Amino acid sequence: MEKTPVLRLRGLTKTFGPITAADAIDLTLHQGEVLALLGENGAGKTTLMNMLFGHYTPDGGTVEVSDFTGGMITLPAGQPQAAIDAGIGMVHQHFTLAENLSVMDNIMLGSEPLFALKRDRKAARDKLRKLMEDTGLHVPVDARIGTLSVGERQRVEILKALFRDTRILVLDEPTAVLTPQEADGLFIALREIVARGLSIVFISHKLREVLAFSDHIAVLRHGQKVGELPTSEADRKAIARLMVGAENATPQRAAVSVGAPILGFQNITVKTGNARTSLNDLSFMLHAGEILGIAGVSGNGQSAFAQLLSGLITPDSGTLSLQGVAQENPTPKSMIDSGVGRIPEDRHHDGVISTMSVAENMVLERLDDPEIQQRGFLNKTAMAENAKRLSADYDVRGPGITARATLLSGGNIQKLILARVLDRDPKLILANQPTRGLDFGAAAEVNRRLFAARSNGAAVVLISEDLDEILQLSDRIMVMHDGTLTETDSRDRAEIGLIMAGQTS
Amino acid sequence: MMQLQQRQSQSMVMAVLIPVLAALVALLLTALPLMLAGANVGEAYQQMYLGVFGSKFAFTEMLTRATPLIFTGLAAAVAFQARLWNIGAEGQLYLGAMAAVWIGTGLIDGPAVLMVPLVVLAGALAGGLGMMGPAVLKTRFGADEVVTSLLLNFIILIFVQMMLEGPLKDPMGLGWPQSMPILDQAALPKLMDRMRIHAGLPLALICAVIAQIMLTRSTWGFRVRAVGANPAAARHAGINVNRTLLGVAMISGALAGMAGVSEVAGLKGYLTSDLSPGFGYTGIVVAMLAGLSPAGVVVSALFIASVFVGADSMSRAMGVSSYLADLTVALSLICVLVGGFFGRFKVSFAKKATA
Repeated sequence: MEKTPVLRLRGLTKTFGPITAADAIDLTLHQGEVLALLGENGAGKTTLMNMLFGHYTPDGGTVEVSDFTGGMITLPAGQPQAAIDAGIGMVHQHFTLAENLSVMDNIMLGSEPLFALKRDRKAARDKLRKLMEDTGLHVPVDARIGTLSVGERQRVEILKALFRDTRILVLDEPTAVLTPQEADGLFIALREIVARGLSIVFISHKLREVLAFSDHIAVLRHGQKVGELPTSEADRKAIARLMVGAENATPQRAAVSVGAPILGFQNITVKTGNARTSLNDLSFMLHAGEILGIAGVSGNGQSAFAQLLSGLITPDSGTLSLQGVAQENPTPKSMIDSGVGRIPEDRHHDGVISTMSVAENMVLERLDDPEIQQRGFLNKTAMAENAKRLSADYDVRGPGITARATLLSGGNIQKLILARVLDRDPKLILANQPTRGLDFGAAAEVNRRLFAARSNGAAVVLISEDLDEILQLSDRIMVMHDGTLTETDSRDRAEIGLIMAGQTS
Repeated sequence: MMQLQQRQSQSMVMAVLIPVLAALVALLLTALPLMLAGANVGEAYQQMYLGVFGSKFAFTEMLTRATPLIFTGLAAAVAFQARLWNIGAEGQLYLGAMAAVWIGTGLIDGPAVLMVPLVVLAGALAGGLGMMGPAVLKTRFGADEVVTSLLLNFIILIFVQMMLEGPLKDPMGLGWPQSMPILDQAALPKLMDRMRIHAGLPLALICAVIAQIMLTRSTWGFRVRAVGANPAAARHAGINVNRTLLGVAMISGALAGMAGVSEVAGLKGYLTSDLSPGFGYTGIVVAMLAGLSPAGVVVSALFIASVFVGADSMSRAMGVSSYLADLTVALSLICVLVGGFFGRFKVSFAKKATA
């Protein structure tokens, strides 16, 4: 059967200042097909989809959508409503649901006329019922979003997109917050819908998912389409090479002998008011030269765990000890002074002060250091020298050390934080999602630095949602679920996935 | 179609040029209400100019008017740098004035070298403690300091009126609600014969210099800016956010309190409940015009004082309402805010892509 195209992008181009985020990209999506857009962060995937959806006005090129009578119509640029009317639905990477409203209300939101006096809830409810029957995506219709699990919320997002008679569904990194099992469930459901004629554009940087789920793969790099091929002909290595450009050597772990105890948790409990995000009676000992990987779906206590190690919260009971010394009332400052280096999860929110300069951000944790200040006054020469040295050592690239940190790219901001933290030779490193949002090269650099710190006798706590990263870096693996930690010797994805979902093996 | 693009960086030239241009545009816009009032616009501007630069007396009057505005402008600038929204400078000014009167009208006596610093310190302390209340409520309970510091102004003003009808009332005051006059040895010395300009001005300038140095060059200023720009990151980096905010509150309040000292011990000589025509609130405008820079506060305080004094003299000469001064000040704030927008964004007009 000859496949009918439902969406055609012709020469889409978008530049931001000197950066070409999308360079004359052509793509064709056929009816009932799953097209995977694969690429590193910053390769232009999201820019492309934002142009498709009318959020950005392209500098050149057109978007054509099938009118389902055999012809194609060109969408007017920069008009989201036109894209919605043409049957394009988008599920964003981050949920866009109102937590205090019910599933029904969230799904109806935005599809109702603004000045309607009556809401036709009955018709909407029937339509949603039918949609759930057809797709096999079931959610409790009257439950408040706030009470749903992450996987359920994801289903609501997709139902919301499909509710508006969507024929083309764009999914932006849909599995970022799901367990492997939940992700598999999602793909099975989506397959069903595709069989009924829906077409899907699926954005991801996870090669494994793309190979398992798509029909066709387009690889983007630096805003250009560098390859396109049917999934059946795809070869894992070849695609990775296309994505990254050259084959990047992944950092190799060196054998390191385990040293003295560094971090001790003894029956630590932290109550956050929510059982899922609290910490429940944690005990373990971490030694010098060990990397402890904490796997788990986010929202299971990782953030309380990270805040505890950062000194931002104190345990309600139990003892936290560093190098054998119990920490009474830890604060961020006492943790820094005790040799803990913290790489925060949200680097823009907690890691840098974006309106202050690179040089200032590099001394953020050293304001009492006599090298930086004398009698309360900043030594600007020493600050500049420090910034120059760290920029060179850690390859922080940007407009210069006096430029505001906001002008650095995400990868360079992470390098700035790494430089600030690792330059002080911390005994314990908390790396919370250290490579999230970074491109392959920057992520490899972060991993290399963590290995180097481990070789120098530091203990590392790595919190990551990326199981591959955990498996690659960790000497020991613990899984966090509902505020408890379970250590596992398994290196099997499926087995760890089960523990992540709360089933003890 | 109009498009906005964020500028990569803001140049120093722009940072200085925008407020200056905004001030000029505001002055020009004042021509509209002047015309509506039926005045000769050219002559009005000339009268305004003469009211400030026309004589030595006029000029020193402008400087005298600028003095409390420098203090309250600094109070706002220092607090706002830390994103501590101190809207209570008016009340802190009265607290400072009240402390100065309490000490300076005979509670203790001594030579001027002792009395003047004592009066200034007492006023600063009173003003500082006045801002500590809202700051403690903010750091302890998360109470919005905009509301608490603003409402405290009215409480303090009524308290001042109560004191002026009671313990602080001058028995020789013929029944007027005013305090006893400040002793000569406790008053801020006059700078020139037959002029009202007093030692409050050099004191304000010294405060501005110190504030400028502390904010840009000290670790304390670094912490203040860090807490203001991103409290989460500051806290994460080991900066004690609450302690920094409390310190800023104390200093901001102290500066506002010194405005009160300067007015009561340098200019008026005794306290009444109409000591300040809203210097505390105008200080906010002064600080915003200055882009929260202490050095800039001096310049913008001089500009706003010129507008006030110039408009006063114009209204006397031409019979136009002196409320025009308030209008000009308000317009210049709006112009600066609009100007700041153009400083941050580049506006370009692109033809809409043909569909």
